Amino acid sequence: MEFWHFCEQSMHPAWDKIDGATKVSVDNRFCEPEVAHKLYNRYLDEWVIADQLGFNIFVNEHHASANCMSASCLLTLAILARQTKNARLLCLGVPVTNRTDPYRVAEELAMIDVISGGRLEIGLVKASPFELAMSNQSPARIMDRYWEAHDFIVKALTHQGPPFSWEGEFYNYRNVNVWPRPYQQPMPPMWITASGPTTGRRIAQLGYVMATFFNGAGTKPLYDAYKDEYRKTHGRPAPIDRFAYLAMVACGRNEAEVQERVKKLKPYLEVQPRTPKAWSNPPGYENVEMNARALHAGVTGRINFGLPPNPTLAEMAEGGILFAGTPDQLYEQMVKFSDRCGGIGRMLMLSQAGYLSHDETVDTMQLFAAQVAPRLREYARLKNEEIVQAAE
Amino acid sequence: MFISPLPETKIVAGQQVEILIRGAGQSLLFLHAGHGFEPDDPLVSALAEHYRVYSPSHPGFGASDRPDHVNSVEDLVFFYLDLIEQLDLRDLVVVGVSFGGWLAAELATRGTGRIAKLVLIDAVGVKFSGRETRDIVDIFATTIEEIPRLFFHDPQFGLKQFGGMDFKAMSLASTTRFARNRESILLFAWSPTLYNPKLLRRLYRVHVPVLVLWGADDKVVATSYGKQYAAAFEHGVYREIAEAGHYGYLEKPAAFAAEVIAFLATKTPAEV
Repeated sequence: MEFWHFCEQSMHPAWDKIDGATKVSVDNRFCEPEVAHKLYNRYLDEWVIADQLGFNIFVNEHHASANCMSASCLLTLAILARQTKNARLLCLGVPVTNRTDPYRVAEELAMIDVISGGRLEIGLVKASPFELAMSNQSPARIMDRYWEAHDFIVKALTHQGPPFSWEGEFYNYRNVNVWPRPYQQPMPPMWITASGPTTGRRIAQLGYVMATFFNGAGTKPLYDAYKDEYRKTHGRPAPIDRFAYLAMVACGRNEAEVQERVKKLKPYLEVQPRTPKAWSNPPGYENVEMNARALHAGVTGRINFGLPPNPTLAEMAEGGILFAGTPDQLYEQMVKFSDRCGGIGRMLMLSQAGYLSHDETVDTMQLFAAQVAPRLREYARLKNEEIVQAAE
Repeated sequence: MFISPLPETKIVAGQQVEILIRGAGQSLLFLHAGHGFEPDDPLVSALAEHYRVYSPSHPGFGASDRPDHVNSVEDLVFFYLDLIEQLDLRDLVVVGVSFGGWLAAELATRGTGRIAKLVLIDAVGVKFSGRETRDIVDIFATTIEEIPRLFFHDPQFGLKQFGGMDFKAMSLASTTRFARNRESILLFAWSPTLYNPKLLRRLYRVHVPVLVLWGADDKVVATSYGKQYAAAFEHGVYREIAEAGHYGYLEKPAAFAAEVIAFLATKTPAEV
């Protein structure tokens, strides 16, 4: 198993001052530049430490949000490309349906890959529904736009030789000529996020890494769909490193330390979903059939990860939302959840969230790196062998 | 105002459209608003007592097809040019409400050879103010629950028009129509939001009489916008109906119908 340190670069000192939505409409006076300056540098320091501890690095971006000040995951990665030595650098992802210029995205990706000496991992995502308010890109036909941007970026990064032109439905370029070409040839590894089996199958056909976030009981059917489609397309079982999963992680030496850290992390789960209702699912973002069924079923607002209203720590671990415990407990929780899903090869760890301090975050990473990671690496190695043998 | 299918279907430009055709007399094309409309629409019913009313669901709305290549207002305009030719409508009155009013204005700028008169009811489609002032409320930044208050003078009346917003009590076919209409209006009008920056400077081409009819309590597009819209036409007349919102034609259908009928009965300058 591989481990990817993730943090959303939140403006958490402002959280208790904000009433209502924490994104889109939230007043930008809550974001004090001096506070942001300290926080950005703190979070970057934590990624540098993660690199030293043997973690890989995962960054994201959001817009107009007190929960994530990273306005560009590629800006964050550009800094880390230079400041880290060994970690794989994952952007998950570039919201290509928000970015109006996929050519520029391809150039930025290639530049990061070259500066880092070939450590880039490319994640392309659909963009959160509420971010379309800022990017002003239409929710309608968003997936058509996504796939054209994807196809363009893949071609722009892999193309060698004289410039080519692109006259698509959404993007037009007269002279595509990406300098530099990526360091990793033909191109850096690709990731896509999914929550449901239909997207999972498409990712399997492409052979990309499939990541799913806080998906709990939805993970097994998603992974199963990917495995089935991967075997059909590629004629061999999908290796365990195709499967990534994001959850929150809290680690402590004893019960009291664990409880203290969980208490600081948990406000994230309350603050993160506070989206203005009009932007939680704008028309077009999901298809008509899904929206019509949801209306007919009387579903409004966000789904609480399929957990009971006030989940216990055990329920949160079982549900794949928050793994919390001593190193031994964490190992058990992650193995149990991974087995239930059919094997997780890449654990994306939201280890800094909420009010967890720098020292606590670093301590969590150190404990995990020393006492949990080696055992989980061995677990995943054996699990992968099991998958391959079962296929033979 | 979106729940029931329309009684007939026709093939226009290779696309299947649902349509309501009622009444006898001069041809009148009724172009509905973004939330769609019902076969028992009260304004259409009143107009059908005097005119032969053709009222389709736009491509992408109700049960009308929307092929992938039909994804802009211009595509809808070409669709209606085809429909008018196919049904051989002449001496035609075009009445459009809200988004339908935008389509009506666009259609008229393409040539008024077959169009006798134009009626725009609480129409959108043009931009008057500067770059930092919205003329039209960003309806895409509002929730479903806000519809009755925003689109109607009387929110209670508005709530009834939307089935009390009790989607659970509606059939899946009805919620599908509602969801589809919401997606389509967004597809056609997302940004610039509910207008075409080119349209205002093309309105001079509309040489026929135009009635611009407005709900005095329109909270989506103010009456001042309606007055400017009317003034932008060569023969534009502005009229207002009291105690009516953006969908005031549903709240005061008799008053709206009376204004339309009176306007259409007035002889054109050419006829005088």
